[in-house]
Amino acid sequence: MSGFTISRRTMLAGSAMLLASTAMPAPGWAQTPKKGGRLVLAADSEPRNLNPAIVASNGVFFISSKIVETLAEASFDGKDGLAPRLALSWEGAADGLSATFKLRDGVKWHDGKPFTSADVAFSALQIWKPLQNLGRTVFKDLASVDTPDDLTAIFKFAKPTPFQLIRNALPALSSVVPKHIYEVGKIEDNPANNAPIGTGPFKFGEYKAGQYYRLTKNTDYWGKHEPYLDEIIYQVLPDRTSAASALEAEEIQLAAFSAVPLADLDRISKVPGLKVISKGYEGLTYQLVVEINHRRKELADLKVRQAIAHAIDKDFVIKTVFLGYAATATGPVPKNDPQFYTADVPTYAFDVAKANALLDEAGYKKGPDGKRFTLKLLPAPYFNETKQFGDYLRQALAAIGIDAELVNNDSAAHIKAVYTDHAFDLAVGPPVFRGDPAISTTILVQSGIPDGVPFSNQGGYKNDALDALIAKASETLDASARTDLYKEFQKEVATDLPLINVAEWSFISVARDTVGNIANNPRWAVSNWADTYLES
Amino acid sequence: MTRTLTLIRRRLVGSIFVLLIVVIGTFLLLEAAPGDAVDAYIVSTGGDAGMIELLRHRWGLDQSELTRLANYLWALLHLDLGQSVTFSRPIRDVILERLPNTLLLMVSATALSFGLGSALGIYAGARPGSFRDRFLSIGSLALYAVPGFWLGLVLIVVFAVDLRWLPIGGIETLASDKTGLDRVADIAVHLILPVSALGFIYLALYLRMMRAGMAEVWRQDFVLAARAKGLSRRRIVLAHVARNALLPLVTMLGLQSAQMLGGSVVIESVFSVPGLGRLAQEAVASRDTPLLLGIILTSAVLVIVINLAVDIAYAFLDPRVGAGEADA
Repeated sequence: MSGFTISRRTMLAGSAMLLASTAMPAPGWAQTPKKGGRLVLAADSEPRNLNPAIVASNGVFFISSKIVETLAEASFDGKDGLAPRLALSWEGAADGLSATFKLRDGVKWHDGKPFTSADVAFSALQIWKPLQNLGRTVFKDLASVDTPDDLTAIFKFAKPTPFQLIRNALPALSSVVPKHIYEVGKIEDNPANNAPIGTGPFKFGEYKAGQYYRLTKNTDYWGKHEPYLDEIIYQVLPDRTSAASALEAEEIQLAAFSAVPLADLDRISKVPGLKVISKGYEGLTYQLVVEINHRRKELADLKVRQAIAHAIDKDFVIKTVFLGYAATATGPVPKNDPQFYTADVPTYAFDVAKANALLDEAGYKKGPDGKRFTLKLLPAPYFNETKQFGDYLRQALAAIGIDAELVNNDSAAHIKAVYTDHAFDLAVGPPVFRGDPAISTTILVQSGIPDGVPFSNQGGYKNDALDALIAKASETLDASARTDLYKEFQKEVATDLPLINVAEWSFISVARDTVGNIANNPRWAVSNWADTYLES
Repeated sequence: MTRTLTLIRRRLVGSIFVLLIVVIGTFLLLEAAPGDAVDAYIVSTGGDAGMIELLRHRWGLDQSELTRLANYLWALLHLDLGQSVTFSRPIRDVILERLPNTLLLMVSATALSFGLGSALGIYAGARPGSFRDRFLSIGSLALYAVPGFWLGLVLIVVFAVDLRWLPIGGIETLASDKTGLDRVADIAVHLILPVSALGFIYLALYLRMMRAGMAEVWRQDFVLAARAKGLSRRRIVLAHVARNALLPLVTMLGLQSAQMLGGSVVIESVFSVPGLGRLAQEAVASRDTPLLLGIILTSAVLVIVINLAVDIAYAFLDPRVGAGEADA
């Protein structure tokens, strides 16, 4: 267990730690898991729609992944980083036009009906492709799903689709819901969206708005001896300080998704019986990015963008904003990604003199007041860290003579200002890397995206070479050739700086010592927790 | 009795206009805020242009503001509060679920601040200028100056985290399946901290009003007469001075009800109490216009009813008030 308890000092190693974490083997546990008990944990938001097949987001998965399972889950040591769930094996055809999934036998839905390939076909065609926030992109060319028998599902694509992408998308995008429940009436209005029925180790119990969600043990679960817990209770704690107090008062045993603010971790790690864990989120990496509006003539100049990159002291940001719980970024793919990351890209060392020289060269001389020009800076309000980095960036820009005016909005207003109205010059955003650049990363720099699409290139950036690269990668079937194209993609982004990647971070869990099998896969907080247990 | 009825009738007619202004004002304010319910929603999901269009259509946000306001008012005329965008449930149900918690919190906090405040005010005002008078005046001012959320956090750290005497938040023990008296006791225990945090702040107000009122009454002729009669000091304080000083406090009670609703927003989120205040905060963040309108309407009705009740009580306590309004 001591292998997981980390002090702040060891975390200051930063990038090395993040890199190492994916290479580390799955943990071996000395004790045999105990059966029974109720796990109470903090939930900071209450998703209204709990159907992960429609809403593939961490907020929904946090609760629903215990009830509704995916075809495969992320794994530290499995082949291609995957472990089987509802599917036992998967294989893509060489022509990219089909993918075959062999399904698990003897799986039952929570209402007792058998799980079959018809459920997979229905979920994929009726939900993932037309309705799901991420599936609408990844499964856009899915034409049909053949079900030769109850345990085989063959996905047929209208256009060649890289199987590497489908495979990488499985943990987040492939939640299977029961056809017999959803085939009647409108899918979006189905009552099961608020009380999901799945195949998972836990059944949906009840939801008391503003108070808690209760999940109860599925005694018919396919996993041998699993699950260990009798119940999981998500206690709704909307206040940022509540989770830490509740842990200390032993009212909850776990606070995941950084419910305990970074600033409190040092103190709370010294409380006897509590441990701070930074593993288990490797598959949910957030990227701290400076979004740039290229419509501003100053920012359309590469020299100015390079100057801004040189003005940011990434190490300082890791130390002060993230208190060491993050790694510096080099480009649009995070360092901890095992498949695509390359370090072979241009980097921008912290160098104020060079930044000033670049701006002089670009023709933006300092005025008599020491200022070159003024920019509007909009930090995203979703995380403390994005707001704090906004404050830091303002100071960093002041040092090179750029006067940044901070505009603080709430979430809805920020989304509208940046992605619909384009009323920004610089913005601080936290896009998520989802295991494959084609899921939600290339969209950040690609041109031709309609106005209003969140977390996409709304800065008016257009680079034909980059667009061509993205298009080519999207139809390259061979995994290694495709990977090489994405390495080139990283190089091009780091060279032309459509946006500036500053840092990569993920979440922290704080738990009682009694909670076992924590963080044993790269998406642990959003996995099914069949093997999680409580020592009495 | 007819005077009281006239008062009620006049108030009800006036209230309809107040409510209409409240509804239209809130609607316009929320429309002026940048971003709509879909913008708030896609923060946690992302999504492509087609999905966003689909959502706007489903939630009726592709209609013009005027159409939406007209539709809302038309439904309201039929006593229908509409459907919450984010909860996908009837707003009436969502509000009714939370209202009891907020009412419980407000009524208990008001009882605490009014009861203890006026009692301490009498105690302090009985001997103006004494040590206990000064101590209580300064102490209550200090409490009044403390922000509610801070007081709440301190109470949590001391009584829930360190001493572990009381729960850190919530309205009752989670998923405990308690019923009957056990449940009542459980809720009472959960209310101690939030009610204290909310009540102690307003306590100072009643204490100081009571004390100031008494200081004034002490100088009245009838107090002198009572003294001359040889009544005991206790009787003078309670029956003559305090009783006359109590009237303005009743007015304050009505006015404070609106303040309490505002204060409960903060307290509900610090103590994780699922009440109307927290719901309102969530409705603003998620730009759920119909839900927020429903909450504001409910609160407005609540404040109007409380003030009407106070006025009726006042009319009984002091006949001049009711008569004045009825004749005007």
